[in-house]
Amino acid sequence: MVMTGVLTQLNPAHILRRSFSHGIHPPENKQYTENKPIERFAFPPELYLLLSQHAGKPSVPIVKPGQEVVRGEPIARADGFVSVPLHAPATGVIKRIDLVPTAKGPRKPAIILKVYPGETQQVLYGAPRDVDRMTPQEIIEAVQEAGLVGLGGAAFPTHVKLSPPPGDQVDTILINGCECEPYLTTDHRIMIEQADDLVRGTQILMRVMGAERAVIGTEDNKMEAARALRKALPDDGRITVKVVKTKYPQGAEKMLAKALVNREIPSGKYPSSVGLGVYNVATTAQIGELLPWRRGVIERVVTVTGPGVGKPGNYLVPIGTPIGFILERLGYHGSARYLITGGPMMGDTVSSLDVPITKGCGGFLVMRPEDLAVHQMEDAYPCISCGKCVEACPMHLNPCHLGKLAAKRRYLDMDAYHLFDCFECGCCAYVCPAGIPLVQYFRVSKVMNREMKAAAK
Amino acid sequence: MNVDLLMNALPAILFMVGLGALLAAVIAMAVRKLHVHEDPRIDDVEEMLPAANCGACGYPGCRAFAEAVVKGEAPPSKCTVNAPEENQEIADFLGVSLGEQEKIVARLACAGGTHVARMRARYAGLKTCAAAVMAGGGGKACAWGCLGLADCEVSCTFDAIYMNEFGLPVVIEDKCTACNDCVVACPLDLFSLHPVSHKLWVACKNLEEGEQALAECEVACNACGRCAVDAPEGLIEIKDNLAVVDYSKNERATPIPIQRCPTGAIVWWENGKAIKGAEAKKIVRKTPLPIEAE
Repeated sequence: MVMTGVLTQLNPAHILRRSFSHGIHPPENKQYTENKPIERFAFPPELYLLLSQHAGKPSVPIVKPGQEVVRGEPIARADGFVSVPLHAPATGVIKRIDLVPTAKGPRKPAIILKVYPGETQQVLYGAPRDVDRMTPQEIIEAVQEAGLVGLGGAAFPTHVKLSPPPGDQVDTILINGCECEPYLTTDHRIMIEQADDLVRGTQILMRVMGAERAVIGTEDNKMEAARALRKALPDDGRITVKVVKTKYPQGAEKMLAKALVNREIPSGKYPSSVGLGVYNVATTAQIGELLPWRRGVIERVVTVTGPGVGKPGNYLVPIGTPIGFILERLGYHGSARYLITGGPMMGDTVSSLDVPITKGCGGFLVMRPEDLAVHQMEDAYPCISCGKCVEACPMHLNPCHLGKLAAKRRYLDMDAYHLFDCFECGCCAYVCPAGIPLVQYFRVSKVMNREMKAAAK
Repeated sequence: MNVDLLMNALPAILFMVGLGALLAAVIAMAVRKLHVHEDPRIDDVEEMLPAANCGACGYPGCRAFAEAVVKGEAPPSKCTVNAPEENQEIADFLGVSLGEQEKIVARLACAGGTHVARMRARYAGLKTCAAAVMAGGGGKACAWGCLGLADCEVSCTFDAIYMNEFGLPVVIEDKCTACNDCVVACPLDLFSLHPVSHKLWVACKNLEEGEQALAECEVACNACGRCAVDAPEGLIEIKDNLAVVDYSKNERATPIPIQRCPTGAIVWWENGKAIKGAEAKKIVRKTPLPIEAE
């Protein structure tokens, strides 16, 4: 595996491929799951459906404890425009609405659904409709109704991204299939197995946004996916597949725009300001799959992987499944474990087995202590300004100086060094030879900076 | 030769002297014209204040407070850093009344030290509470409990907070000036400011139901409601699985409601010490509980 990795690096095609400047190339570790087809996962006895699994206002429950719901039925409505509804992933009865642990830490309200044993996977809610005859506005509403959010991780409501600020005209849709996070193979498998849904979703997106063309971008470690997609493309030539260099964080919006169409999204602006709309492949495939059936997001593909898990694979997991249940079914090695939801670079280490799978969670990693660098380095050493982080930062920031300001708690001074352009990809902390937890510093700094500004007002 | 030099330099010397005189005249005029009369007592009062600029009085620093006191907008007793005698001096100096001011202290709404609170996981990141809260909540089983990474201790200007052997901050009431710094510093909002007369205190913020709360921490409030029943009507209420004291009815508070508390989550503060009820579970363990994931 290491050998093939080196060979890809030496391949002239790879060297000539487009990418962005800076960034890193961590070990990909996709071999655990990249060739495993998506499998359905069993229903757990209880589902924890968090009311705020998307960015924006939490959903509002429309069910009462004791009420019976069928698979696919809406159980919470959107609260305002930047919010989405929630659907029951399984047939069962609402047990109660209670606080459950989240990956980020604090307990948040969730609808707890007791699943009826022996229920089928058949979706019992929804009705077919002809998407081609719907107006763009109707489609945007339908996307919200389906509870669609960015399935790549940020969980930003998709219909909001479909309504760019007035004046911005989108001419190109970018479909993000880079999946630059190590270990994760969710998008990889979706591109191979749901290529038709993906193309269908892309066409819907193009029509809504009035875009002329669409580019599906993927990295050159996923050539199989690129081949599968090219086979599924329609003949009109408006959708193309472009392969870029495997590099982290290639999947970030701004990096992708640079690599695929050589456009730079200005600081603090949306992609639509340069005529782009960027959507994740999993989200796009869900649009293509759900909209014609008037269904909602009830399950998602999750890569369960890592050296500590018994049966790694890509699983179609009902939203709300507690990670403890997944771990129980798939088995694990060793006693002490590190559980990370999302990818290893940007994911959250969880401290409870009751944390449920949310719409934004594309991966679930089980690591042993010996697999993690944290354990090899007990403490951080002082920064000697070696500049490795500066070389790695894809946003061309100066993480080393930002880190020093954060350590001195000079949070307001960090504005001058563009703290809020940092999207926490983790390249700086990954390369730091002193083991300084730079990203954690910046996360704290952003919160403190906002608090201090709010207090000053 | 010397005369030549002098003759050459003379215009420059004269010019500089002239310019100096002119600017001096402008400054002299400006001092007269732009003079702001300021009460000289403000300086004197500022001298008598501790110069801590902590903001506990509600004014942005000692100078602003001194101005307010001289104007009569604030009573001298509002300064919580000065000793009462020192504030009396200010009152005497200005000939105003000292004003009613009860001592206010910061109180922590958590008693879950490492010896009683379960740990789900080990937190190995940045050693600040603010960072731990963002990284999976820091590993404590109770999502509301004190993380023990001492953000409050660091924030305290008056060394009034120290971390005890169970990783919980302890407020030294004599030193606490109620400056609000620890209230701001705690990311879990566990600190709040209370007059010392608020003696009935719920040292817990866990919103979980009874058994669940106890599974997370031995001294959690399990919302059994005994304190609410034993207290005068309306003083204690169970809200979201937590006992809440209504301090507007504080004059009716007695140590009776704490007596039957099974965990000792509700306490009675007396002379800087929290007293638990008679039926509270005795905690004999002194060592930290093991971390479960390991």
